[in-house]
Amino acid sequence: MSDIKRHTLAVQVANEPGVLSQVSRLFSQKGYNIESLAVGTTDTPLISRITIEVMADDAHANLLCNQLRKLLPVHSVKLLEPRQSIRRELVLIKVRAQTSEIRNEVIQIANIFRGSIIDVCAETLTLSLIGAEEKTEAVETLLREFGIIELVRTGMIALERGQYTIDENTKEKGEFNYGKHVL
Amino acid sequence: MRLSGGKILMECLLEQGVDTVFGYPGGAVMPIYDALYAYSDKLRHILTAHEQGASHAADGYARSSGKVGVCFATSGPGATNLVTGIATAYMDSSPVVFITANVNEDLIGKDSFQEVDIVGISMPITKCNYLVRDVSKLADIVREAFAVARGGRPGPVLIDIPRNVSLATAEYTPLPKDEHHQSGRLGALVRRASHDLRPPEPDQGDIDQLANMIKASQKPLLICGGGVVRGRAQDEFMALANRIDAPVAITLMGGGGFPGKNPLTTGMIGMHGSQASNQACDRCDLLIAVGCRFSDRVGLRFGSFAQNAQIVQIDIDRSEINKNIQTDHHIIGDAAQVLSLLSEQFPQLDHSAWKEEVFSFPTETQYDDHSDSLTPKEALSTIARMLPERTIVATDVGQHQMWAIQHFHFSYPGQLITSGGFGTMGFGLGAAIGAKAANPDQTVLHITGDGCFRMNANEMSTEAHYNLPVITCIFNNGTLGMVRQWQALLFEERYSQTTLDRGPDFVKLAEAYGLKGKRVANVADLEAALAEAIASNTGYVIDCAIDPDERVRPMVRAGCHITEFLAD
Repeated sequence: MSDIKRHTLAVQVANEPGVLSQVSRLFSQKGYNIESLAVGTTDTPLISRITIEVMADDAHANLLCNQLRKLLPVHSVKLLEPRQSIRRELVLIKVRAQTSEIRNEVIQIANIFRGSIIDVCAETLTLSLIGAEEKTEAVETLLREFGIIELVRTGMIALERGQYTIDENTKEKGEFNYGKHVL
Repeated sequence: MRLSGGKILMECLLEQGVDTVFGYPGGAVMPIYDALYAYSDKLRHILTAHEQGASHAADGYARSSGKVGVCFATSGPGATNLVTGIATAYMDSSPVVFITANVNEDLIGKDSFQEVDIVGISMPITKCNYLVRDVSKLADIVREAFAVARGGRPGPVLIDIPRNVSLATAEYTPLPKDEHHQSGRLGALVRRASHDLRPPEPDQGDIDQLANMIKASQKPLLICGGGVVRGRAQDEFMALANRIDAPVAITLMGGGGFPGKNPLTTGMIGMHGSQASNQACDRCDLLIAVGCRFSDRVGLRFGSFAQNAQIVQIDIDRSEINKNIQTDHHIIGDAAQVLSLLSEQFPQLDHSAWKEEVFSFPTETQYDDHSDSLTPKEALSTIARMLPERTIVATDVGQHQMWAIQHFHFSYPGQLITSGGFGTMGFGLGAAIGAKAANPDQTVLHITGDGCFRMNANEMSTEAHYNLPVITCIFNNGTLGMVRQWQALLFEERYSQTTLDRGPDFVKLAEAYGLKGKRVANVADLEAALAEAIASNTGYVIDCAIDPDERVRPMVRAGCHITEFLAD
């Protein structure tokens, strides 16, 4: 077995009902658990972009990409290289903070990691934080001693660095489009 | 003009040149059947005994004619009864448009009577599917569905139409088929795939590279896969094989893509492949697979498949490349187009020494002749001798299927109709009826086993009612033969639940359905029955008594190397 690692797949799809379930089905069919999933429209309202993270070896990650590319509503798929892409997610964390000392400490931690306090009450503080997992996990570890009441992540989104985009017309993309031709 | 959804659907079927539809009515699909009533002079509807039969018939119609098959069913159980048929068509890349009805939109999601999410269910077994929620989009969707079913790598498509949508009216503007891709959803799809309103061309650089590999090869082998059949690329494939002077191994789905009688044919490849095919695969230095996805029944042990060869895959579907077998080179494109471009790139080659090596192994299995009982080989050679050469052969799944495909020499695409990928028992009779509906002047033979035939024998009523005569030969060995064979070889003869020592009397059953039938146990009786079947204008069932211990040979166990024959 080759190395299992986290892979980030960027998938552009038609913004239509059922497409997300078609895409996610491919992962469950092959026994892969989706580690992270984020979906939203792009600058073109007819196209949605799905970012999926999955633990797999390189061969299986490529196989998953190929099976995705075959789906009719899928426009393009790119396996993002970790070193050549920027990944971010937003995390909201509600922490128990019943004294002013604890509140001050949490605010300090938030400041160090460029997070922000977005809600406060006598019992709790809620902070928001943007980053990749190194940062969000560090904050999570620091806040655990105060008591994390609730935590939610948006799922990772990612873009390639530099001028590269998902829409490049490569020979491979043309080959996949061949199977979808309708003329 | 303003038409109901049902009538728009009929108009769209006529736009596509559809003349035959298979199906079964029910509650939610009533508005569609009501529209069909008004079009009954233009659209022939064949009412089957069961929706599954209709699904296989539409599939058989598509496979034998090369046209898109069409199948109707109602919501809920009507739709779920299609599922096996849809999966069968999907695994073998057969273009069929399935049209199901659903309950009224305001009842969807409320567990209403006969409601099921067929779009969700059929997602993994269709090329794409649609839930039509707006009658004004119906025509556009149907036009896209047909183009998708037949385009690229063909396959089934499902359109689910809620009852109220088929009743609602919309403006329908007729549009000739060749203008469909200029506008609407199809237009968007064409532009998205950056196709300049003409089919794409294969990459010349890829073709040149393969031509160089061919020129350098001493031991080339061609595999004729199902893509040659679906792409009707038999002439181009033949020209290439002759030019390279290479042996040709044929997959189960490739039957008819290259003539079985051609001196270059090594026979079937894979689990029940011939010695010549499997040995050639192991010894070749260049393997060119055309329209073949290297299923586990062909590849067997993927790691050691064609271990001495450079492997080249020619396919229309890029996602098949490197899926099961790591290849050294590939060309994406339509088989006929790629092969004709390829043949021009090199002179006539000669591989006599290599052919001599390959053809030193048998291309056909030598089955023993027993003295008393009817052997599968005797039965098949009698059938082949007596029926016309271009007879269409539909099979079910199991021993009879392998014997038939090993024995018959198919000569054109669409002559063999068999469930290869999905291995659907009960496929044969429906598929044979569909093939007969598409080819009324051809003799259609249905080879089946007693287990398979019992599954969907109800379609004899369809065969009789519409006078779509099929000659059914049941290889009746009173067992589930293929499973029994595996039990004998791998499970120490523990025949768990594979003995089918029960009725019905298939001859009486055929007669009850209005067909003729005869039970035969020797060649002379079989000849007489076949003569009667050919002369009669009704369907005919020949129940052939076969020894239960007859085996399919050779056989390579699943996951073993392609030349590790367990039984030869």
